[in-house]
Amino acid sequence: MPETATAERRVFGRPQSLTDAPFTYCPGCTHGTIARIAAEAIDEMGLSDRALVIGSVGCSVWTYNFFNLDGIGAPHGRAPAMATGIKRVHPENLIFTIQGDGDLAAIGTAEVIHAAVRGEDITCLFVNNGVFGMTQGQMAPTTLLGQVTTTSPQGRTAEREGFPIPMSEMVALCPGAAYVTRVAVIDPPTVREAKRAIRTAFECQMAGRGFSLVELLSICPTHWGKSPQEAVQRVRDEVLQVYPLGVLRSPPAGTSTDGTAAEE
Amino acid sequence: MSRRVFMKGNEAAAEGAICGGCRFFFGYPITPQNEIPEYMAKHMPEVGGTYVQAESELAAISMVFGAAAAGARAMTSSSSPGISLMQEGLSYLSGAEIPCVVINMVRGGPGLGNIATAQCDYFLATRGSGHGDSRSLVYAPSTVQELHDLTAEAFPIAEKYRTPVMILGEAILGQMMEAVDLRERRDPPEPTSFPWAIGGVRRERPPRIITSLYTRHEDLEAKNREMEARYDQARREEVRWDESGADDPQIAVVAYGVVARVCRTAIERAAARGVRARLFRPISLFPFPEAPLAALAERVEQVLVVEASLGQLVEDVRLSVEGRAPVSLLTRVGGVMITPEEVQDRLEAMSRGSVGGV
Repeated sequence: MPETATAERRVFGRPQSLTDAPFTYCPGCTHGTIARIAAEAIDEMGLSDRALVIGSVGCSVWTYNFFNLDGIGAPHGRAPAMATGIKRVHPENLIFTIQGDGDLAAIGTAEVIHAAVRGEDITCLFVNNGVFGMTQGQMAPTTLLGQVTTTSPQGRTAEREGFPIPMSEMVALCPGAAYVTRVAVIDPPTVREAKRAIRTAFECQMAGRGFSLVELLSICPTHWGKSPQEAVQRVRDEVLQVYPLGVLRSPPAGTSTDGTAAEE
Repeated sequence: MSRRVFMKGNEAAAEGAICGGCRFFFGYPITPQNEIPEYMAKHMPEVGGTYVQAESELAAISMVFGAAAAGARAMTSSSSPGISLMQEGLSYLSGAEIPCVVINMVRGGPGLGNIATAQCDYFLATRGSGHGDSRSLVYAPSTVQELHDLTAEAFPIAEKYRTPVMILGEAILGQMMEAVDLRERRDPPEPTSFPWAIGGVRRERPPRIITSLYTRHEDLEAKNREMEARYDQARREEVRWDESGADDPQIAVVAYGVVARVCRTAIERAAARGVRARLFRPISLFPFPEAPLAALAERVEQVLVVEASLGQLVEDVRLSVEGRAPVSLLTRVGGVMITPEEVQDRLEAMSRGSVGGV
């Protein structure tokens, strides 16, 4: 059977749940990867007409422009509270926030903990790059000891600035949390795993099993003063020592963890 | 058929909200308004509504923001220190043009102050809705009945102007019991019926975005101008006030809320001593009833402002009177309720000419 030379098959494209707006992130940033895999998960679950994204304050502030979904911008740190309000009105919606560490782990600590404790059926995608990115690289609660930032110019010390916050571990202690995990987006294997985690979180939510949080270890080449390759290596060498990958609270029985919908 | 009951102000406010179609209440305890969240927690289930106790006032107003952006009639309530924390959310709600209702049962301040009655949040309520060039429409009831009615009516007004509406009550109004004719409980509009609301199953509807972020300067100015136009419309269409007392007054007494009721008693008693005074009670504090007050000021020799704050209301009075008559001020603050005798003494002194305006 002769092959037709002109036959084309589309093997890669933009997810339906993303718009064609160019990402506004710095070169080398992993925020765009997170938006893409979240959109892919929504497409695969067939939820693009009922998913709703909540942007926060920081580098994720324009999040709602990139998703082909209903979107809203929350005050700094308040996205889980806002998600609570929306979810209570529309329990049929898939509602997720994208929040940086300056947002979720500093000013928004109370909101995320209490959303978890209430067991709200919402998902927080927690982007941890160890700095306040949008405001030009100040120290975040997740900044590592020894790390130099514009507000820890001598390097963070435990005595002066305190310790990096174990945010996801804290959330995982909450009885209303259904699924808490830490993944990374630094190379193809970790990105694939991150997408599986996001999908598991979304499935937990749509099954009404409670609160889910996916922490995504990310890079900030701009404010780390490193090339993307050096930044990825820094995650492997330093960040993973403080923030190891892994599931911190397992989804309840009946929720799939391999990216396929659970049998109810 | 209305239901006539003897009811506490805070409960009448909460029932007014339910009658007005509120189905989502997000609360946080603070005295002297705790009966509002308590009533909501107990009675929201009767109408299929939702009560959520938030972890803070910051979270409560952000939950309101989310629910209201999703098209629900949503509200919260608090008292002065809690309203300070809600300024963040009120600014975002204003900037994102999302309607909601907030009750402030004002207590003594500043700081932790006390839990007694006061009017010291007049500036906080009327001078903006958090940071930025934003406003809430503000209504000040003086009876439990009016508190019930205004809370119910606040929801469609908020939707008309797509802005927060604040009910500014005094601690004593929330705590007192009076007879109230309760309204019918009305169902709210479908959340998805609003052309700006997010959420629900979109199907073919294009996505919607709700934000207060406009990075292009010209875009934000245009948005600010849109809001200005709506505030101007409110100045034309939503002004409310009440007048009573002498038809040929020497003195206009300006007071709102429960303080106005004290003034009415004082005016009636002073009338028996030959003092001709007329009470002017603003009900809408923003928009302030400037024109009707200016018209009254034309007809009197003096204006007396009585308030439970250190000269906040008097600023709007002076801006309205614009020198048509001298304006003087009588205050008790810190949780102290002014008495009819104090107001009557001042009126009689003014009538004798021994105390003038400034």
